Amino acid sequence: MTNSIDEFEDASVFMVIGSNTTSNHPLISSRIINAVRQRGAKLILCDPRCIDLAPLSSIHIRHKIGSDVALINGFMNIILNKNLEDKTFIEERTENFEKMAEVVEKYTPDYVSGITGVEPELLVKAAELYASTKRSMIVYAMGITQHIAGTDNVKSCANLAMLTGNIGTPSSGVNPLRGQNNVQGACDMGGLPNVYSGYQPAADLFVRNKFEKLWGVDKLPEKKGLTVIEMGHEIEKGNIKALYIMGENPFISDPDAKHMHRALKKLELLIVQDIFPTPTSEFAHVILPAACFAERDGTYTNTERRVQLSHQALPPLKGTLPDWKIICEISKRAGFPMDYNDPSEIMDEINITTPSYAGITYERLEQGWGIPWPCPSKEHPGTKFLHKDKFTRGRGLFHVIEYIPPAELPDAEYPFTLTTGRIRPHFHTGTMTRRTAILDREAPSPFLDINPEDAKSLRVRTGDKIIVESRRGSLKLSVNVTSDVPKGVVFSTFHFKEKNINELTLCAVDPVAGIPEYKNCAVSIRRS
Amino acid sequence: MAEKLVVCPYCGCGCSFYLVTKNGRATGIIPSNNHPVSRGALCVKGWNSSEIINHPDRLDTPMVRDHGIIRPALWEEALDMAANGLLSIKNKYGGDAIGFFASAKVSNEENYIFAKMARAAFNTNNVDHCARL
Ligand code: SF4
Repeated sequence: MTNSIDEFEDASVFMVIGSNTTSNHPLISSRIINAVRQRGAKLILCDPRCIDLAPLSSIHIRHKIGSDVALINGFMNIILNKNLEDKTFIEERTENFEKMAEVVEKYTPDYVSGITGVEPELLVKAAELYASTKRSMIVYAMGITQHIAGTDNVKSCANLAMLTGNIGTPSSGVNPLRGQNNVQGACDMGGLPNVYSGYQPAADLFVRNKFEKLWGVDKLPEKKGLTVIEMGHEIEKGNIKALYIMGENPFISDPDAKHMHRALKKLELLIVQDIFPTPTSEFAHVILPAACFAERDGTYTNTERRVQLSHQALPPLKGTLPDWKIICEISKRAGFPMDYNDPSEIMDEINITTPSYAGITYERLEQGWGIPWPCPSKEHPGTKFLHKDKFTRGRGLFHVIEYIPPAELPDAEYPFTLTTGRIRPHFHTGTMTRRTAILDREAPSPFLDINPEDAKSLRVRTGDKIIVESRRGSLKLSVNVTSDVPKGVVFSTFHFKEKNINELTLCAVDPVAGIPEYKNCAVSIRRS
Repeated sequence: MAEKLVVCPYCGCGCSFYLVTKNGRATGIIPSNNHPVSRGALCVKGWNSSEIINHPDRLDTPMVRDHGIIRPALWEEALDMAANGLLSIKNKYGGDAIGFFASAKVSNEENYIFAKMARAAFNTNNVDHCARL
C-alpha cells in the first residue's frame, strides 16, 4: 500500500475495485464502513458481483469481468474532457502525460460502455466523484491482479491517481490489499525469482557481489529464476526434478490442477514442510512437520508495510521444529551452514543486507506496534505513506495502456464466465479454517453462485446439483441461485479440496507479473 | 496463565492479539485495545485462530517415502534424506533443477534464510511463493 490503514479514516472518496473487502480484509473494510456511515465518505464500488459493500456504495459499477483497463481509461477520458485533472501535479511530478492522454482519447463513454456494459452516465458520475477531492483512495486486491492484464490494471490505477493528484498525500494513493499475513514480507525478503531482499535485483552484478561478500559464497547464481507457474511447466518438461515447498499447497491453489497433479507426480524429490497434511503433501517424499504461528518468534509485514513482532506463546508441538530451524538444518547438511541461535539474529543480518529494513530491530519492535518500511536507520520512525515529495523513480510515469480482452471468452460451447475468489469464513486452501469448527459451520461445503435468469433457463434451484465444465476439467457442485452474480457469470471458491475449482481454471498468466487469470475462464453448465 | 502478543495468522490486515495460554495449551484470545489495526476488535477468523494450534490433525512426526510408501521417521533421517536428495540433484543436473516455494504464511526471518539457502547453498534463483494466488 502507498498509504497506511489509519489514513482510511480521513478519506473522502473510496474507489474499491476488485476487492471483496468485507470477506478478505475484514478489519480494513470496517474502516471503510465507518467512514461511509459515520462521516459520509463516498464509495465507488467497481465489481461485477454484488458484494457486501454494495449497499453502502454511492455508485456501483458492475463492469464485465476483465474490462478494468477500458473502465479506467474511460474515467480518465471523462476527467480530461471535463478539465478535472490536476495540472500542477502532472506538470511537476509526472512524465509521459501527452502519450497517455492521446490513447485515452479513444475511450469515450460510449466506446467504454460497449466494452464494459456500463451505462455512459454512470461512468461520468463515477469519474466526477473520484476527481472531486484530493482525498480519493483507490483500494484493490486480486480482482485487479488475477487477470492476464493484471499488470496493466495496476498501472491503470496508478495513472488515474496521478492524473488527479491523488497520490503522495495522506488519505489518497493506490492501496493493494495483500491476501495473506506475510505476502508483503515474503516479497520483501527476496522470496521471488528476480530479487534479493529489499527488491535488490538478482540480475545486478553489484548486488550479487554485495551478497557474495555478506554471505561468504564464491558465486551466486546469474541465471534468471522461475515463478511458481513457470516451475510447474518445467517440472512437466522434466527440467526441474526436485521441489522444496514450505507452507504452501499448490495442488489446490494453482490453476489447472490436472497439470499440477502430473507435475507433482513427476518429481524425483518433493519436500513438503507444513503444519497440517495437505493434498500437496500426499505426493511428498519427505514431510517435515513445522511449528505453527504461535510457537515461534518472528516478524510479519502487513499490507501497509508495517513490520510487527509476533511472540512465541507456546513451545513447538512435540515432534515439530520451527521453520527457521529446519531450514538451517538442511542448509548445514547441504554444505552451507547458517548458524543462528534465534530469529532475532536473522533480523540482525537483515538489517545489514536490506536497506529498507535497516532500522527495524527486535529491540524497537518490542516497544510500540511495529514499524512501516522503508526504515533506513535505527533513528528513523518508519514511513507512513510513500511517494510524498517524489516517486521512487523520480517523476511518476504515465503508462500507455490499451484494453485487451481476457484469454478465454465465453462461446457457444462454454457460454458462462467462471470467476473465483474467497468467502468470509474461509482462508485460501482451507487447510486451517476448515479445521476450525465455527468457520466450517458457516460454510461447510462448496457451491456455485448463479444468476436467477440463468438458473431459470437451466431449470435449477438452490441446492440442485449441476455439472460445471471447462476445457480442462469438470466438477459436480450444488448451485446457489443469487442475483449477486450478473447474468452469464458464475462464482465459486478454492477453499474446498474435495471439489477443487482449480481443476477448471485456466493457466493463462499475466506476461509481466506471472499471475494466473483466476478471475476469468469459460465454462458450460448442465443439470446432473 | 500467560499472555503473549501474537500476529494473526490469516489476512494481510495485520491484526495482533494476546494469546492466553495455560499449562502449555492455548486457552483464549484477547484483542489488543491499542493496536492500530485491531483497536480492540478481530474478525471471526482471528477470534478463532487458536483452534488450529492444538488440532489433532497437526503433523507431529517427520515422514519419508520408502519404496513408494510414506512412513514415520526420525528427524535426523528425514533431514538427511531431504538434504542429500537435494544435493544429489544439484550435483547431477545443477541447482536450476530444483525449485523452492517460500511462503506468505511464515515469518520474514524464515523467508529470508529460505531464499538465502536456495541461492547460496543450491545456486539457483528458482525461488518464489504464492503471492500471486
Ligand atoms: S483478525 Fe481478521 S482482519 Fe484481522 S488479520 Fe486476522 S483475518 Fe485479518
